[in-house]
Amino acid sequence: MKETEISKHTISILVDNEAGVLARVIGLFSGRGYNIESLTVAEVDASYHQSRITVVTSGTPMVIEQIKAQLSRLVPVHKVSDLTLSGPSVERELALIKVIASGEKRVESLRIADIFKARAVDATNSSFVFEIIGSPEKIDAFIKLMEPLGLSETSRTGVAAISRGTLTM
Amino acid sequence: MAERILNGSEVVLQALVDQGVEVVFGYPGGAVLPLYDEIFKQNRIRHILVRHEQAAVHAAEGYARSTGKVGVVLVTSGPGATNAVTGLTDALMDSIPIICLTGQVPTHLIGNDAFQEADTTGITRPCTKHNYLVKDSEKLARTMHEAFHVATSGRPGPVVIDLPKDILVAKAPYLEPSQVTHRTYNPIVKGDRGQIEQAIELLASAKKPILYCGGGVINSGSQACKILTEFTRMTGVPITLTLMGLGAYPASDKQYLGMLGMHGTYEANMAMHDCDVMIAIGARFDDRVTGNLDFFSPGSQKVQIDIDQSSINKNVPVDIGIIGDVGHVLEDMMKIWKAKQHRIDAKALDSWWDEIEGWRGKRCLSYKQPNDVIKPQHVIRRLHALTRDRKTYITTDVGQHQMWAAQHFGFEHPHEWMTSGGLGTMGYGMPAAMGVQVAHPDATVICFTGDASVMMNIQECATLKQYHLPVKTVILNNRYMGMVRQWQQLLHGSRYSESYSESLPDFVKLSEAFGFTGLTCNNPADLDDTLKQMLEIDGPVILDVAVDDKENCYPMIPSGKPHNEMLLGAETNGDEAIDSDEGMVLV
Repeated sequence: MKETEISKHTISILVDNEAGVLARVIGLFSGRGYNIESLTVAEVDASYHQSRITVVTSGTPMVIEQIKAQLSRLVPVHKVSDLTLSGPSVERELALIKVIASGEKRVESLRIADIFKARAVDATNSSFVFEIIGSPEKIDAFIKLMEPLGLSETSRTGVAAISRGTLTM
Repeated sequence: MAERILNGSEVVLQALVDQGVEVVFGYPGGAVLPLYDEIFKQNRIRHILVRHEQAAVHAAEGYARSTGKVGVVLVTSGPGATNAVTGLTDALMDSIPIICLTGQVPTHLIGNDAFQEADTTGITRPCTKHNYLVKDSEKLARTMHEAFHVATSGRPGPVVIDLPKDILVAKAPYLEPSQVTHRTYNPIVKGDRGQIEQAIELLASAKKPILYCGGGVINSGSQACKILTEFTRMTGVPITLTLMGLGAYPASDKQYLGMLGMHGTYEANMAMHDCDVMIAIGARFDDRVTGNLDFFSPGSQKVQIDIDQSSINKNVPVDIGIIGDVGHVLEDMMKIWKAKQHRIDAKALDSWWDEIEGWRGKRCLSYKQPNDVIKPQHVIRRLHALTRDRKTYITTDVGQHQMWAAQHFGFEHPHEWMTSGGLGTMGYGMPAAMGVQVAHPDATVICFTGDASVMMNIQECATLKQYHLPVKTVILNNRYMGMVRQWQQLLHGSRYSESYSESLPDFVKLSEAFGFTGLTCNNPADLDDTLKQMLEIDGPVILDVAVDDKENCYPMIPSGKPHNEMLLGAETNGDEAIDSDEGMVLV
């Protein structure tokens, strides 16, 4: 009876952009012991004062269903959509990655950045800041490769996601 | 329509009046002085001055649960708001519609650690259904009306409106309730027709069906309870109620199996365990009800009807989950059942009832009343018998007395039973009874309490006296925190750590000090006369009944055990220690 298989889900939440709304969503996750792997939020419709929150979370099917039901009953929440279940979707994340290195390592970091289509958005004689956009997995891979090459700081936006095709929220 | 410009306090009061509010339970303070000034000047709304803000919320809960209306609370900023938190959490857990107006420091001081400032919306976010901080006078009227909509629609709950002092003074436009609609919050009330039909088919094909009903039926209203009763009788199915659902179905009816759960009846729990089709109506599979989830009703197909989507499949996966208001769904179920001329297999149902009668034969609630000491159950039974001809409302505190009241006081109608179910708040009983009595001045209102619980809001005696609220507070005094003592006896080797009430007041003198009557009783032979005497007194009474201090509350499903491993107690197998490390870590 018990479904114990844990899977990762990307959930999009359309909310009224009002004071405390993010705290409500985050408080729900922490208060009920759900996991947040990534979270992004920004206003997406200024005229209706609506924001979109994208949460990547994981849990058993019963927990995921519970998370969506709990989110749906928050008063300022308009819509909850499970992008993992609703069909194919695009997930993108942006990361800024600082590499401090010299000599061959510095050159190698540039080469790898080129392969990953990462841009150097800042450079000094001893450092680069790379901007990389892609799926979280691609960014993970890039970071892993940069580690031995002088990776010194990482800033990631978290996942923004949207369904493919004509389907909308 | 020309806009009406009022000051903030006038807007708040006008909104309350337009929402049909007659009574507010509150306590003044610096931040809400403008509002109190307006209450004084207008004299349109009755204000009940409590002696502690927690009691204001419990009183509003009692008012709300006994009337089906919204309970309204008014407290000041800082400590006023933080004191209300327990009451708000209680109302959230038990789905009681409450509007709590809290004062706040003026907007320009918010965040400056001003005197009596607290982050009220931050603190109350997880313990309210929703909350608002009004920072813009333009939005004041809309927020007030929206709050009532949120508190009362869908699954009801408490809503806080935090009101900075400058907002209460500044000019603000007033909108009528009809001019305000909520953009997003409009819960589904009609259940899905297809699912309801499936549920009916399932019930019709059952051999061992049971209806398991909770507070949602009562929240849905008297009409929903009526339909439930009709539906149950029509189908011939056994029915059990949760602690919160008592009164939704008449307790004296033969199809009623009693309350289920940790201290529910043997027959109710065994029937839940062995049934093949379970229809859960307005009940949320709380841990007190299910016991060990791994062994909960293993052979049944389950239908759950609830207005709150998140209640479905939360603890127990169900086969059919119907989202909707219980009243609406039951009405549809009735219609379909009748239209299809369904009947449950009579032979199967008869043998199911035979099985149930077998369990009933255990008489799991029986006790012996000796000559020398009063059994707590007996007090409840006698008071039930003596109040049958009166319109009676019962409130309780939390612990053994609460369970005994639930087991032994038969509730025939909804809205007559007020108890802190989800949160289990000691100190709930007396203030809740105050609220009930305010709503029903001519009814008999009885608060069953314990010697420990009653002390938690004992200051409300002053409120009872001030407003001539003739609440009858019956203390089942065993000089222990009885339920704590019981668990210590059964699970912790009878080491009664800090559960003995070493220094109790003389409750007669205490009542007299507050200006009303106190009675005591310690002889079983005097019990009836004392109870009658109490009922005849026109004013508040505290009755201190010395009861058997070692009496345990049975039957009991120990934590972590399944329904079919109930302890039946002293009458059948004595107070056995529970040998379970697993149970020890559970609550």
